[in-house]
Amino acid sequence: MDFFGIPIQAVLGQLMLGIVNGSFYAVLSLGLAIIFGVLKIVNFAHGAFFMLGAFVAFMSGRYLGIDYWAALFIAPLVVACIGIVFEYLFLRRLYGLDPIYGLLLTFSLVLVLEGGFRVAFGSSGQPYPTPELLRGVFNLGFMVLPYYRAFVIVAALSVCLATWFLIERTRLGASLRAATERPDLTQAFGINVPLLVTLTYGAGVGLAAFAGVLAAPIFHVNPSMGSNLVIIIFAVVVIGGLGSIIGAIVTGLALGIVEGFTRVFYSEFSSTIVFLVMVAVLLLRPAGLFGRTEA
Amino acid sequence: MRLLTWTVLAVGLIALLAVPFFPQVVYPIFVMKTFCFILFACAFNLLLGHTGILSFGHAAFFGSGAYITGYCVKYLGWPTDLGLLAGMLAAAALGVIFGALAIRRSGIYLAMITLAMAQLVYFFYLQAPFTGAEDGLQQIPRGTFLGLLDLRSDITLYYVVFGIVAAGLWVVWRTVNSPFGAVLRAIREHEPRAVSLGYPVARYKVLVFALSAGLSGLAGSMKAIIFQLAALNDAHWHMSGDVILMTLLGGMNTVFGPAAGAVLVSAMTHYLDPFGAWVTVIIGLVFMSCVLLFREGIVGKLGKILKLNTNFQTDAAPAPGRLEKSKSEG
Repeated sequence: MDFFGIPIQAVLGQLMLGIVNGSFYAVLSLGLAIIFGVLKIVNFAHGAFFMLGAFVAFMSGRYLGIDYWAALFIAPLVVACIGIVFEYLFLRRLYGLDPIYGLLLTFSLVLVLEGGFRVAFGSSGQPYPTPELLRGVFNLGFMVLPYYRAFVIVAALSVCLATWFLIERTRLGASLRAATERPDLTQAFGINVPLLVTLTYGAGVGLAAFAGVLAAPIFHVNPSMGSNLVIIIFAVVVIGGLGSIIGAIVTGLALGIVEGFTRVFYSEFSSTIVFLVMVAVLLLRPAGLFGRTEA
Repeated sequence: MRLLTWTVLAVGLIALLAVPFFPQVVYPIFVMKTFCFILFACAFNLLLGHTGILSFGHAAFFGSGAYITGYCVKYLGWPTDLGLLAGMLAAAALGVIFGALAIRRSGIYLAMITLAMAQLVYFFYLQAPFTGAEDGLQQIPRGTFLGLLDLRSDITLYYVVFGIVAAGLWVVWRTVNSPFGAVLRAIREHEPRAVSLGYPVARYKVLVFALSAGLSGLAGSMKAIIFQLAALNDAHWHMSGDVILMTLLGGMNTVFGPAAGAVLVSAMTHYLDPFGAWVTVIIGLVFMSCVLLFREGIVGKLGKILKLNTNFQTDAAPAPGRLEKSKSEG
């Protein structure tokens, strides 16, 4: 069986890889979109928090003997706390200023975090074992699918759906959306908006850390694992429409698949196709695919 | 106070002219590299500080200058001066394309569009057959300047680079202090008003994009000649981040503030090199405190302390916090 002269197995294999990558993009860009929606800050440090999540899992495994399943919960919590401290001490001072300053402050945080981990662990990767339970593969006949990759897709998408449900269908989410639209009015209704903002930042970077733990067994845990990813995530969020929750999830997954297909036909271009799509989308639909057009 | 300023400037100039004769005090190649970054940062600031446009893709111009000059000099056998010119013009042409596409949006979106386009350019240099991919375009001959000056000598090269950078900075200064520069500031302060006054704002923005890109390209071209190498990290987005850092650190509301930022960042990477990965951490911390504590930058802050109202300050308007009340297009 051929697909434009390329064996169907190769196409499906790349497609599966694309969906796995797309799941990471979806979780990461979801966090970025939430943070942008509420804080109006472009969190350049999102990739660094992703890396931090992987490192917390790795370090807690090596020094404290905490296994993967516990790390999957602990690492996002730890990173969320770090994020909350960062927001409370520093980021908070920049609200109301031009969004450029938020971008720059988080950019400098990237330098500190990545540099710090490079000092401590060197540039080369640290292997992180796949959990016992998920070693092995599904044999689908036409291709093999490692259990772990299937688990990543399911876990990532469940977290995305849960977050979407939390924001769009619950009372807490309603307050959050209200705080996004009119912080002053929401505050007047007795909702503690600054607290909500701080927690949102924590939740956003916690999502990034969750993706980091998921990624740890697939990629090597290394200080620059998030640095190129963050650029792609930006593109995803801009294509989906800044601040759009569902846009971030759908676009993340879709771009992973587009990347997978590109890898089949012109593999070198796969890491760049995202930017071509982004330029095209911004020229045709300036507010992004799911964004509301601004006045 | 005036006398003091002139004395400081004269001593500084003499010191700079003497640099190549005291290689044991300061390494001339390092000073030349710093010159390139000074020109790069000041050119970048034409957009950020003087027009209020944040480009996150300036590495594309810097890298293009380096690669095009390298290609012309090494493979086409062009003389170095023509190679530099070609690098500059190629970067300026790229600037027109970037500008024309990017100025349809503003704020963060504009920054993201320039970033995306710079990634496409980066990909081109990664894949193009002449660039040597990860190895870079190596062994670019230095050649002669105007057929007279042999650039293989570090001393001659130093003065040529010094002259070109000085000329480039003069262009920046002249641009800022011209009617054109006044229109740019009008666009920065209140774009709708500039439009209603009848200025073709889009054309001005594309023009300043081209100018900024051309000068950034020239800086990259010279770096390629100095190190005889055009490498991928010249075009990598980290370079775009670095130039923003230099500009903000020095002070984006001044003409030559970015130069001070460039010197500081360049000196930190050079002299802290023995500390290895700590350099990144230190630069990050310096940058962080700069964003939090003095957003007007070193030169802006100094200018405020000294009430130095000479040509360091471009306009009488309250410099710090200008961006802070600007419109947030999102």
